[in-house]
Formats: sequence, structure tokens, C-alpha cells
Amino acid sequence: MSKILEKEIFSTNVVKLVLEAPEIARSRKPGHFVIIKIGQKGERIPLTIASSDVDKGTITLVVQKVGVTSSKLANMEVGDEVTDVVGPLGEATHIEKIGTVLCAGGGVGVAPLLPIVEGFKKAGNKVITVLAARSKDLIILEEQMREFSDEVIIMTDDGSYGKKGLVTQGMEEVIQREKVDLSVVIGPAIMMKYASLTTKKYNIKTYASLNTIMVDGTGMCGACRVSVGGRTRFVCIDGPEFDAHQVDFDEMLLRLGAYKDQEREAYEKYLKTTQTVS
Amino acid sequence: MIENIIDYLKEERSQEWRAELRKSLKAKERTSRERVKMPEEDPNIRNKSNTEVNTGLPIENAVLEAQRCLDCPEPTCMDGCPVGINIPKFVKKIEAKDFLGAASVLKETNGLPAVCGRVCPQEKQCEASCFYTVKLKKPPIAIGYLERFAADYERNSGKMAVPEVHEKNGIKVGVVGSGPAGLAAAGDLAKFGYDVTVFEALHEIGGVLKYGIPEFRLPNEIVDVEIDNLRKMGVKFKTNFLVGKTASFDDLKKEGYKAFFVGSGAGLPRFMNIPGENYNGIFSSNEYLTRINLMHAADTEYDTPVISGKNVAVIGGGNTAMDSVRTAKRLGAERAIIIYRRSEKEMPARVEEIKHAKEEGIEFMNLHNPLEYYADENGRVNRMKVQKMELGEPDASGRRRPVPIEGSEFYIDVDTVVVSVGVSPNPLIPKALSHLKVTDWGTIVVDKETMQSSVPEVFAGGDIVRGGATVILAMGDGRKAAAGIHKYIQETVKAN
Repeated sequence: MSKILEKEIFSTNVVKLVLEAPEIARSRKPGHFVIIKIGQKGERIPLTIASSDVDKGTITLVVQKVGVTSSKLANMEVGDEVTDVVGPLGEATHIEKIGTVLCAGGGVGVAPLLPIVEGFKKAGNKVITVLAARSKDLIILEEQMREFSDEVIIMTDDGSYGKKGLVTQGMEEVIQREKVDLSVVIGPAIMMKYASLTTKKYNIKTYASLNTIMVDGTGMCGACRVSVGGRTRFVCIDGPEFDAHQVDFDEMLLRLGAYKDQEREAYEKYLKTTQTVS
Repeated sequence: MIENIIDYLKEERSQEWRAELRKSLKAKERTSRERVKMPEEDPNIRNKSNTEVNTGLPIENAVLEAQRCLDCPEPTCMDGCPVGINIPKFVKKIEAKDFLGAASVLKETNGLPAVCGRVCPQEKQCEASCFYTVKLKKPPIAIGYLERFAADYERNSGKMAVPEVHEKNGIKVGVVGSGPAGLAAAGDLAKFGYDVTVFEALHEIGGVLKYGIPEFRLPNEIVDVEIDNLRKMGVKFKTNFLVGKTASFDDLKKEGYKAFFVGSGAGLPRFMNIPGENYNGIFSSNEYLTRINLMHAADTEYDTPVISGKNVAVIGGGNTAMDSVRTAKRLGAERAIIIYRRSEKEMPARVEEIKHAKEEGIEFMNLHNPLEYYADENGRVNRMKVQKMELGEPDASGRRRPVPIEGSEFYIDVDTVVVSVGVSPNPLIPKALSHLKVTDWGTIVVDKETMQSSVPEVFAGGDIVRGGATVILAMGDGRKAAAGIHKYIQETVKAN
């Protein structure tokens, strides 16, 4: 059981939750994730840790409502308890001093990007961050990103904030302007695919943090498998970060849709129940 | 030590009640009896439900079967038991109708008799070395059925005995993983008086007994009763705790843990690395079974989804393959097929599981091997290419090597595939202990007697050492390791 200690609403569908999890807070590093389960009948879903506070014994998650479990979690209130939280899982981000690091975050992927931005900055790198979302209200953690970035570029699809355009345009602007030594991209699979195609053009080493379907998260089931450089790898124990230029994003996109129909049906059913309650 | 055991067995055998029983029935009457049959749920009912297949022996039949046992002066059956159960003694207790007594004999050496009575491959162990099998060339005593009978009788009697434990010594020992190896180790360590905490990565205790073995073969309730018993013995359980990740071994040592038993299992499914294997609808058996058994995906009340296909192919010939294919049938598959590259004779699955599968309408395509999978536009598997095989010369395992028959390829329509071709050791623990000695396969290297690893305070057993074995072998390892840990702590920790 992990109690929710703080909640902040970022937008209609995105919330920040601070959970009591002292052991995880102590052990986690940038790049790590947790698996959560709500209630006895809940499913297990992975969520990357956005930050932690060792003294308070807390971890921070940013959750976007995309299905039943993420909605249940986002709808929980301060004082509620998440039944199961296990972690930290996965391999931590390899952070080193390399020069200029271009970090690109799409949508809620900005949250797991934050500790990586912080890590690279503290390791002495120049960090340029591109934050992208559909519109202004979906841009999250801007202030925190500014704290650890030498420069923050905001891109919105509708131009309601920052520059109008896609994340790749913001990235390309930086790459054409100055030498980039490493890039890290986190966001929806489709965004990571195009972001990684962009850096590939310029031959910039790029890491992507993959958010596949998982069950146990400890290597046991293989639900999270992806093809990286033609080899099958498990995101939960070999990842979640991989050389983005080697990842078969098309296969990953297909695999993410494996339960599309069941998920949609369950979500519609869930929305009906919450509407009747409220 | 071995002489002591022989002496002990002789002494036990010479007790009056045993001698009386032996005299009560002529050997010829015993040997002329037919082996008892296990009553089973109707195949066409059970393949649509989750009820247990074997329903258990009625009391009269258990006693009749126990009477077949000759109470041999040298009980060879015991040589076949990885945990050294005093088989003749418990069988004779059943003959004497002291069923609770029989259960307590089982528990002297086996913390989970109701589990072992159901899932042990007895035909390869105790029953393979029974006097009836070896000398009389007759069906062996149904030791497995009797074990299950005694354990079930005790559980249903409401008089379940909690094994005696030594006075608590306050020394903390950590057990990593709550599968059969971990539970067996925890039970023995508690008996020795240690302060035992079992760390489990999942949200439920039981490991493969819960996520792997289906309800129709091993009801969860039975596992839970055994776990409760351990709780009563003072064993503590911590779920959602991944040793090496949530806390390191060093962190735990700082908290006072003096030794560890690692029974983290072989949790890394193998795939065949053939084209199309990552299409949707293709699962590892671990994933398929975990979704159904641990996450209850087939129950619409639960949130976890699963794909339940109409044409399901399961690749492999082990117990896990049988569990998967029979689960698929229960989820409504019209065709549930085993595709195995050798012949039935080489199948590693228990004979009983193969028999049950056939009764339930499972198709067997033995001597066939998958080559490639194909999918529809959504990436969902819809067809597979298989090749016929024939058996060649024996390979390193002693089984005849399957050889492909050129030009024999053909296609099968499938919408779900479960790959059950074995597991590799889970790398999390070896990664967490950099100086731990592991084999090229990633299994932990241990001393065969004490189960001690290259890190003195870390002992290991079960699949993380063996790479893939059975519940009972894992339990045997857990017990050996508990003795090893006890000796280690006596020698080192207490000396300081």
C-alpha cells in the first residue's frame, strides 16, 4: 500500500501524484519505473518515476488518463492508497559528461524526461530541451525543465504556446544551429519514431525510453518485447532505454495496440460507471 | 549420516504397529490387487471450467491402495524422492487409518504435501523406483495419490498441525522469492528458530504455484493454506519487494540480515527467434498463464485483458505447454494444438497431464516444428508455417534428436500462439551481486551439498540454479539450503 500525499492537476487528463514509497525513493535513479496495481482486481501498469524525495520517502508520478487503470489512478485523491507499487524497475539512464545533450519530450513523456535532464545538467553537460504538446494547456513541468536546461524550446501543434509545429521541427532547429552530442527522446511511440528519424539523419546518438505493455515488469513474461537491432529485447529488464536508431518502432506501435479493442470497451464501461457515480 | 538414516528407517519399521500391519495381510493378497484409479471430473465438463481435474481418492480406496504396499525392508521408493519423505511410514499410517498421522509424517520433510501430491512427476521419482515397478513389473503404489489424500484429509479435518518450531533465536534470514524453493527454505529456517522474511516481487505469494500452475491442476486455495501455515510458524512475507532493486543485499545486511536464500526462479521466457514471433497474439507461456492465473484475465470482473483465440497453437511438450494448451481449451478454443518437435515418448510433461490433455480434446502435432508466423494488417497472427520432423541419433540429453524433413512444410491457421520452449534464469539477482559466480547460462553456481554460492552469505536453489526443473526439486534445494544456512550461521555468525 502506498498512500497518495499530494496531488496536482496539470490539465484535464494529466495529474501529478506524490506517493509514499520510502524504499523506492531511496533506490531509484533517473530512467527507473514502477509497476502499480489498483485494488485486488486491478491490472499491472508501468509508470516512469518523475522524481523522488529521499527525506520525505516519496516518489512522484505523472499520470495521463488513457485507459481504465490510468484513469482510476488519476482520479484518486490525497489520502487514498494505491494497492501495489513495486520498483524501482528497469536499468537506470547512463548519465555522463558528453557535451551538448538535446532532450525532447512529448506530452506526458516530459515527466520521465525531467530526471534525465536534471542528471545530464548536473553531470556538466549543456542541456537543450524541447517540450512538445498539442496545445498550451498540455505543456507540463516547464518551470522545472527550465531550472535544469540551458534552453527550453516549446512546440505546440496549434501554436497556442511557444512555436507552432512538431517536436521534430524544434529539434532540427537546434541541430542545424549547433553541434549536438547526444539526444534523449521520450513520449508517445509515434513521436519517438519521428524524433529518432530526425536525429538519425544527422547521425546523432539517441536514446528512447520505451513504454510498452507489461505484466510483471521483472523479465518474467515477455509482454514488453521489442526488436532492437534485429534482436528481441525485454523493455522491463534490458530497457526501458535503448538506442533509438535500432528500435523497430513500427513493430512496437503494432504491439501497443494488441488489446486496443478490449481496452476501448473496458474504458467506455469504466467511464459510464464513473458518470453514474458523479 | 546415511547409515543413520538406514538405522532410523529400520527402527521405525520394526515398531510394533508396523509389524502388526505387515502380518495382517498376506503379501500375495497385497500384490494381487489392482492399483487404485484416481477419480476425475468428466473431460467434457472440466474442459469448460476451472474445477480440479483429479477429485481425490475416497477414504476406502486410499486404505485399499495403502494395503498394496509391502512395507519393504529397503524402501527403494525413497531413493526417488528429492525431499526424502519417509514413504513407507506415511503409507502404513494410511493403512492403519491414522490419516492425520500420515500427514504429519509427510510434513517431517515436506512443507507442501498437498502441492506435491498434485504436481510431482511421481512416475519419474518415487513410483519409478517402487518395488512393484522395479521387481514385480506391476503398476507401482500410487504414492502421489496417497500423499495428496493424507494432505487433503488433514486440511479438510480442520485439525491442521502447525509444525513445531525452535525457540526464536532472533537471527534474521532473508528468502528471495516465494515459489516452492523459497517456501521450503522458509519453513525449515523457521523450524530452526530464525527470524525469516520472504521477499516477493509480485503482489501475491506463491511464485510459479500461483502464476504458473493453473487452478484446474492446483487450486490456489491449497497453496494459500500452506502459506498460512508458514505464517503461523512465524514466517513474514513482503510482497512488491524486489531484492537487488527495491533494496540491495547490502541494504538488507545493514538491517541485520545474516544470510539469504535466493529462489528467484527461471523467470525469463525463451523464444525461438523465428520470423514473425513478435506479432500480437503470440505469447510466452509465462505471460499467457500469468494473465489467466495471477491476473484472472478471463474473469471480466478483473481489469487485465487476454486474447482468447479460436485456433490456438502451443509450442512445446513440457508441463507448462500442457497447462497452456488446456487453459486455451477452457477459454473456448475450438482447436487447441500442441506442436512438439519430438515424439510423445520424449515429452518432458507428466504422463498424467498428457493423458488429461488428450481426454479434453487437445490435438497433438508431434514431430512438427514452427518455422514462421504471419499476421493480418493489425499485426495479429493469423497463420503459421510448420515443418515435419523425424527422429535421428540421440543428442546430449539422451533423447533422439529431431531432424527436419525437407519439403514437408505446410501452413496452419492460428489466431493465438503460446511459446513454451523453456525459460532462462532471471538475470536480476546475478546483476545485483557483481561478485556472484554464475554459469555461462546465467544460473548461480552453488555447492551441491550446502547450496552456498560464491558469496558466502548467499545460498540459492530451484530454477535459478537448475535453469528449469520441477516443484519438488526446487523444494529439495530449499531444504538443503536451509540446512546449509543453519550450519553457516552456527559456524560464522554465532562464533563472532
